[in-house]
Amino acid sequence: MIEGAKWRRWVYFYIPLSAFIIWLLFPFYWMLITAIRPDRELYRPWMAPNYAPFWTSHPTLEHITNLLTETLFIRWMANTLFIACVSTLISLFCGVLAGYALSRLKFRFAGALGTGIFITYLVPQTLLFIPLANIIRNFQLGDTPWALILTYPTFLIPFCTWLLMGYFKAIPRELEECARIDGATRWKAMLYIIMPLAVPGILSAGIFAFTLSWNEYIYALVFLSSAEQKTVSVGVNSELVRGDVFYWGQLMAGALLGSVPVAFIYSFFVEYYVAGLTGSVKG
Amino acid sequence: MARVLIRNLNKKYDEVHAVKGVNLEIRDREFVVLVGPSGCGKTSTLRMVAGLESITSGDVLIGDTVVNDLPPMDRDIAMVFQNYALYPHMSVYDNMAFGLKMRKFARPEIEKRVREAADILGIGDYLKRKPRQLSGGQRQRVALGRAIVRHPQVFLFDEPLSNLDAKLRVQMRVELKKIHDRLGTTAVYVTHDQIEAMTLGDRVVVMKDGLVQQVGEPLELYNRPANRFVAGFLGSPAMNFAKVSMAEENGAICAVADGMRLTLPSPIAARLRPYVGEEVTLGIRPEDLRVVSSGESDGLSFPAVVEVIERLGSQTLLDVKVGGGAMVAAVEPAFQTKVREQLHLALDAEQLHFFDGHSEIAI
Repeated sequence: MIEGAKWRRWVYFYIPLSAFIIWLLFPFYWMLITAIRPDRELYRPWMAPNYAPFWTSHPTLEHITNLLTETLFIRWMANTLFIACVSTLISLFCGVLAGYALSRLKFRFAGALGTGIFITYLVPQTLLFIPLANIIRNFQLGDTPWALILTYPTFLIPFCTWLLMGYFKAIPRELEECARIDGATRWKAMLYIIMPLAVPGILSAGIFAFTLSWNEYIYALVFLSSAEQKTVSVGVNSELVRGDVFYWGQLMAGALLGSVPVAFIYSFFVEYYVAGLTGSVKG
Repeated sequence: MARVLIRNLNKKYDEVHAVKGVNLEIRDREFVVLVGPSGCGKTSTLRMVAGLESITSGDVLIGDTVVNDLPPMDRDIAMVFQNYALYPHMSVYDNMAFGLKMRKFARPEIEKRVREAADILGIGDYLKRKPRQLSGGQRQRVALGRAIVRHPQVFLFDEPLSNLDAKLRVQMRVELKKIHDRLGTTAVYVTHDQIEAMTLGDRVVVMKDGLVQQVGEPLELYNRPANRFVAGFLGSPAMNFAKVSMAEENGAICAVADGMRLTLPSPIAARLRPYVGEEVTLGIRPEDLRVVSSGESDGLSFPAVVEVIERLGSQTLLDVKVGGGAMVAAVEPAFQTKVREQLHLALDAEQLHFFDGHSEIAI
């Protein structure tokens, strides 16, 4: 806490903090008021006498109803949820096992393997989608959810592995050794001792992976073509922008509803999440 | 209960040869302490007995079984770690019951054994607490309890008292001794603390650089150290060492150094006769030195100048200058002297230790 006169606290703490929060939250505010703004207010020219860009005088749910009834938005949400959940589960499973192995087992090339996994994470998606598109076509997975479920782990697994590797390393080795002397096999020691302690790490890896796949754009754009297969991020963009006509109200409603699940999950697990990233096991 | 036999045990990490051909027999019901400075191979040896570290070469036998390739869980041992290694997400009861649950003991038997161990250690009131709600001493007891409930053949201790504060350490040391007397389980105990080694061990194994320096009962090691390292490692304050050259004068053997000339009586003289003309290391324990009036002289006294006086209450330590070298003498607490005062220090012939100037082995 900042000490000294009251004005110091304002100048050095409250004012910068408020500015920062406003800066961060403004896009969401804009998204919200645009989503509930009727068209006649939305398309009012800026020189009109009652022009009020930061406020909506007659809020309406019209855009949201239209979005839910006239577009495939609900379908897109379901697609996204399914793809994000399955790819997160696959990545977590692989990430836990790989992270554990790389941090705990002694084997040849463990270090090189860890670095290798990390490097794959560094290859930009904007380059990787070209060869991946070829593979997806060869396996005839194009325009199915499996195109994304199988490609998302290419960046989610390295991410989960590295996050969990760090987390497993922070758990004292003696705990596991003690369990193994106590009569547990390596597998049981992992299950009963390491996993319960790694829950914050696993949760934060899961949340991160879920968010990354929820928000993913490029692969979804390239690998999915028909409207009913699309995810939210692609569907909202491609179906609500027709030519040069932007359906702003519905676009913003889609963005708003699309960000709700992620925000919901974050707020639920935020404590675990922070503990997971700062890696703290209290003995 | 079982003996532990270590035969020509070696451990090599990539570059480092940590344990070099250790041979040791730990008898049934014996409490053996491995002691040495850090990096001496004592912990590696213990971890190989536990099965936590692979054996580069040699054998470890528990009872009559070679356990080299057995996983830790099948060796019927229990280990107490320096940082306690309590499972943070389990209650004290579950911590102690874990090993029994893993071995599929019936619930009433688990209950009975945990209560029993908790009674021995006085932790019956904390069974429902989580480790983080306990003090250091209580955690240490839980760690001990977790080992006791298993009724293993061998206890392994890896510096279990190092994380406790000084007072608690003394208390737990006594308690450990009592528990061992009561249970009589074979125990191997690793520490770098020579006081723990001396007080706890039925026998003490002093190690350095991966080699066993000496094995023996505590007082045997203290009174007859096999080499200069053991002599200097055991005892507090540490033994004084001085380089002396051996000379023969009028048929008598003398140890000569700057400001000191000790004429050795016959039995010791005979041992040192081959070293005449050579340099050897003389070792004198601080508590063997006594202050005498300058008149007294049987050839085993020398003058010294007081430099620092340390009053510990139970004894007084005098840091003195002898010729060009320094020594510490432990004298009675009430001894009166002043800094820069000249004294005469004397000692008995059988309290002199001599070590070969090159090999450092006791003569």
